[in-house]
Amino acid sequence: MTKVSIGLVSALALMAAPAMAQIKIGFISTFSGPQAVIGNDMKNSVELALQHLGGKMAGQTVTMIYEDDQFKPEVGKQKTDKLIEQDKVNFVTGYIWSNVLLASYKSVVDANTILVSANAGPSQLAGDQCNENFFAVSWQNDQTPMAMGEALNAKGVKSIYTMSPNYAAGRDMAAGVKSTFKGRVVGEDYTRWPDQLDFSAELSKVRAAKPDALFVFYPGAHGVQILTQYEQSGLKGQVPLYTAYTIDALSLPLQKEAALGVLGTQHWVNDINNPANRKFVGDFKTKHGTYPSFYGQQSYDAIMLIASAVEGTKGNVRDIKALRTELKKANFQSTRGAFKFGNNQFPIQNFYLQETVKDTDGKLTLKTVQTVFTNHQDLHASKCPMK
Amino acid sequence: MNWVLVLEQALNGLQLGLLLFLLAAGLTLVFGIMDLVNLAHGSLYMMGAYFCATFTKLTGSFLLGCLFALPATLLLGVITEIVALRTLYSRDHLDHVLATFGLILFFNEFVRLVWGPAGLSIPLPPFLKTSIEILPGVPYPTYRLAVIGASLAVAAGLYWLVVKTRIGMLIRAGASNREMVGALGVDIKLLYTLVFGLGAAMAGFAGMMAAPILTVQIGMGENVLILAFVVIVIGGIGSVRGAFISSLLVGMIDTLGRTIIPALLLLVLPPVAASTAAPAIASMLIYLLMAVVLFFKPEGLFAPRG
Repeated sequence: MTKVSIGLVSALALMAAPAMAQIKIGFISTFSGPQAVIGNDMKNSVELALQHLGGKMAGQTVTMIYEDDQFKPEVGKQKTDKLIEQDKVNFVTGYIWSNVLLASYKSVVDANTILVSANAGPSQLAGDQCNENFFAVSWQNDQTPMAMGEALNAKGVKSIYTMSPNYAAGRDMAAGVKSTFKGRVVGEDYTRWPDQLDFSAELSKVRAAKPDALFVFYPGAHGVQILTQYEQSGLKGQVPLYTAYTIDALSLPLQKEAALGVLGTQHWVNDINNPANRKFVGDFKTKHGTYPSFYGQQSYDAIMLIASAVEGTKGNVRDIKALRTELKKANFQSTRGAFKFGNNQFPIQNFYLQETVKDTDGKLTLKTVQTVFTNHQDLHASKCPMK
Repeated sequence: MNWVLVLEQALNGLQLGLLLFLLAAGLTLVFGIMDLVNLAHGSLYMMGAYFCATFTKLTGSFLLGCLFALPATLLLGVITEIVALRTLYSRDHLDHVLATFGLILFFNEFVRLVWGPAGLSIPLPPFLKTSIEILPGVPYPTYRLAVIGASLAVAAGLYWLVVKTRIGMLIRAGASNREMVGALGVDIKLLYTLVFGLGAAMAGFAGMMAAPILTVQIGMGENVLILAFVVIVIGGIGSVRGAFISSLLVGMIDTLGRTIIPALLLLVLPPVAASTAAPAIASMLIYLLMAVVLFFKPEGLFAPRG
């Protein structure tokens, strides 16, 4: 009897399998070590997006496969290969780190699968190495610091010192701020990444160089160290600090008062007023009790973008050409408001100046100060042969 | 490059060196006396920092937090030695490496379960949070000065313990010839537990001192452990004096390298190439130093005489 029922069940299961169409999405992020905080926030936002979609795209069930890159390019590539070859996913998304993405993207795009970056936006992929299967729903690395350079001009800052980690994104960030800043760059430091956590030598050099302002890019856990050490060094009050991707909803609980009043630029702030964003931020806060970070916002948008394309092709995700056309339309309500893709399939979007403040409950959060760029496109788009 | 900057960088180097010494002293004792390769030494550094963060939160004071965390780390070290490491002494080094690597994984996962993945920050009392002028026009972070002071005090205490006391005599004897110490009727088991506990407490103390600067994170001990191994290899395994001198050397070279190398490279290379190469070359310096020392003195600078 039991044998018969097992046989029946397995027969049924086998019959049911091909009939149940489903969309498989692979998600690469960091889920171990201190940077796991970012990965978890991204995952929470993806789950929220799926909840808002009712777990389905064009009537088909969505299966997410999360993989941990362990913050290492070589591991990220292995996990990407696994998603493509073993899981045969329809989309790959996620990617916090530019160096992980650069090591992994070829495995995806060469297999004629769509890759949607939910964070990293290295200059290489926006310029001559742009690819029809690659979309960035976040930004190009240079854009946010370019907005910072512009904001510094507006503030009348005459000289800056830049500090960033010595890897793909760190270099893009310093290049970005230098491309729009009109004053003098009196010094720049690239620190060992990711194991250098003590910036005493560099901060001493900043003091000696006497710039009008210090620009830093230290994402994730490193943002906490740079802010505390900046405060302890006594540079606060002497050299004002300006940031990109250094203060966010995830690092604020650790940075605490050290972040108060520090300015940064970003393409999205949690208080941006549009229906999609109110729904995202509101539901996220109800579900998790904290503000979502920009990493989460981008992951939410990545799922919504993919959903719009799946709907657009009426669920026919095998037709990669139609899928690309639909993705390129960006026919979804982005939480950041206006959003469209440029020729290199990177976003054309606004950038804002943000400040750390206390909300009505006394919690630290970020607030929009002003719009720096409207519908801004990155500099590398012209080098991309795609039209 | 002016003299103020050089002075400031020398202090930065001193501070880094002393912090390394706290970690390396325990490591070199355990390695030298117990002949145990302890990869989990960095985990004790991490646990010290987590204990300190917890006690600081409970008591509301960083100083009290350190005061409670110190015996807690010592106790943890003793328990680890009794439960996990005691059975390993008779085995070879590969088994030590495997077992203590397992301990790293255990402690990292333990921390994730208890404290969560996000890490903790330790708020400093206001008087330690700012900078003071050590010379007119030369401000320096107060907390880093305090770290220098506290570490020097610990180093002095350790010197007294090792050179002037009976226990110290046994420790030195153990570093030179373990079998003979055992043969003379010294309770070597107790001595081992004591040395390991002492090493754990110092590693924990290093973690506590570093925590307000670097924040408390899972795996925070792993990077710094590599440096600590470099230090004990340069200094000579088992020698506290060697560990002291070589940690100061490593601290200075690493810090000054980060200042001088970029400036030097700018003179000979275009800015883009210089800024790319400088961090890589600066981080190689200490390993170069290690290679040079090993070439001329394979036993390290101050190897204990066997």
